[in-house]
Amino acid sequence: MPAPTRSRSRHWQWLLIVPTVAPLLTPYTNRIEPRVAGVPFFFWYQLACALLAMVVITFVHLVTRGDDHE
Amino acid sequence: MSDRTVEVGVFVALMAVVVLAGFGAARWRAPDNPHTLEEWGVGGRAFGNWTIWFLLGGSMYSAYTFIAVPALTYGIGAIGYFAVPFAVITTPFTFFFTTKAWSVARRHGFLTHSEFATARFASPGLGALVAVTGILATIPYVAVQLVSLQAVLRTVGFGGEWPLLAAVTVVSICTFRSGLRAPALLSIVKDVLLAWMLLTAVLMVAMYGGWSSAFNGAATRFAATPNPADGLLLPDTGHLGFLTLIIGSVLAIFAYPHALLGMLAAKDRATIRRNAAALPVYCIALGIMAMLGFFALSRGVRPADGDLNTVVPQMIHEFFPPWSAGIAYAALSVAALIPAAVMSIAAATTFTRSLYRPYLRPNASPATEAKVSRWVSLIVKFGAAALILAVDPTFSVDLQLIGGVVILQTIPTVLLGLMTRWFHRAALISGLITGLAVGVVMLYLTPRLDGTGRTVAEHFGGSSWSLGDGRSIYVGIVALVVNLAVTVVVTLVLRAAKVPSGADRTRPDDYLADADDPYMKRLDQLIDGLPRADEHPGRQREGVR
Repeated sequence: MPAPTRSRSRHWQWLLIVPTVAPLLTPYTNRIEPRVAGVPFFFWYQLACALLAMVVITFVHLVTRGDDHE
Repeated sequence: MSDRTVEVGVFVALMAVVVLAGFGAARWRAPDNPHTLEEWGVGGRAFGNWTIWFLLGGSMYSAYTFIAVPALTYGIGAIGYFAVPFAVITTPFTFFFTTKAWSVARRHGFLTHSEFATARFASPGLGALVAVTGILATIPYVAVQLVSLQAVLRTVGFGGEWPLLAAVTVVSICTFRSGLRAPALLSIVKDVLLAWMLLTAVLMVAMYGGWSSAFNGAATRFAATPNPADGLLLPDTGHLGFLTLIIGSVLAIFAYPHALLGMLAAKDRATIRRNAAALPVYCIALGIMAMLGFFALSRGVRPADGDLNTVVPQMIHEFFPPWSAGIAYAALSVAALIPAAVMSIAAATTFTRSLYRPYLRPNASPATEAKVSRWVSLIVKFGAAALILAVDPTFSVDLQLIGGVVILQTIPTVLLGLMTRWFHRAALISGLITGLAVGVVMLYLTPRLDGTGRTVAEHFGGSSWSLGDGRSIYVGIVALVVNLAVTVVVTLVLRAAKVPSGADRTRPDDYLADADDPYMKRLDQLIDGLPRADEHPGRQREGVR
């Protein structure tokens, strides 16, 4: 039986929805301003999503690390 | 020495190094017994963090992406940028689904989706159908890699058929000899070259007025075209098509045999999870490449003979210092050859495991399996080369579109199958076939339009299905929805009729197994190569242990 602490840490996996949904919000991100280094928002937003994915996945990996051994 | 001579000289020298590394790869961490499919196909399932990262980057972010995506943004603007959100979303998916797939594959010795389908749903027929679908979708994918390679070679000055055939021959011999080790080793070389190319590109953009000037110049050019769909932003009617294309591409990539194969070479679950966390670095590289399409447009780069695939090579020739251009050409060429190698290995493994062994030679030994796969991988590569030499290159790109729609139809089996066994095997088969039929018919009925909306060809004109009000939807998603609906309805009917659905040969804990799992401690005891007759591989291995 999984210990309660372990099943709670599995819930962190729901965070993966954030980097999955963020790149799909194009009706809200389809604009030019604000620019960063001359790059329109629509384009740098997706690069920011890549960084976000990196942070979220690393976090989920670290907090769920012990869960594989069931 | 002219600029061209320097470019070609650097390019040829680097390619020679690459070929030598490919030949040497067979000795890299060489196993005692190299003549098994496990060794040839997935490098003994022993690759660590770095190797897997490079290998995945090498096989998923191919020359086709690095050449076709900037060509798309050059041609149609924002819509071509779909590849970047697509790439970002694959990373959480990899973290979640691929670890499950890795564990179950590791415990049962699977190398392909189709073996998983056979075991999970107790249906060799479903497995064979998944295998055939996978192979059919992979060959045009190999072909588009070679089309990209041809675009690079043509810009360097090696036009015609012989340079391409020579490149395919060399990479075929490397793969034949070294298996997955060759592309894994070459991926490292490729990424170093590619990083140099991106650095040069960013410096080049900075020298010519920075990104503002590139985007402003591109906006002016888009405004001058008659096409209402192009531009720096999506048109109001463009969101549905854009989003369904992203979602369809994300799902499809997990169903391609080569995507799974690369992951199965990982040594443990943590390797895959850490990789998923690091893969977005490639998304940023891809994003920069995609934005280079706007730079090329703003500087007025003209593709050779109207072939958009030559935009990037042409831009490199015009704006890079000659020796850097040589490096960039080598990076793009290796980036075409690596995925071609991984894909042909994956298609060959699929053939051997899901068609050859079950239907032709049930008692094939591991050595025979490896031998058959080696030869089939040659057939796949030369088949793809023949495809692009025999038919019009634009047609092979259309085949790739069809391939994407086709492979999507295996999603209920291979991706949802990791989560649930609720679907009935006969329902999955009927859903898959219906989805294939709907997808191919819709693609057939899609006319090709030019920039002003005039029909230039009647059939197979793209993968966007027009809804009539200016909006469009990705054909693959429509076919997948039909497929899922059929699968669910038929499952409900068969369950009501109490038709047996066979025994699941995987167990829930198979999806969580890691490298230190007692069942997989001894790799040499994996069922690889043993006859398929065993009813419960997990139990049987328990006995062996």
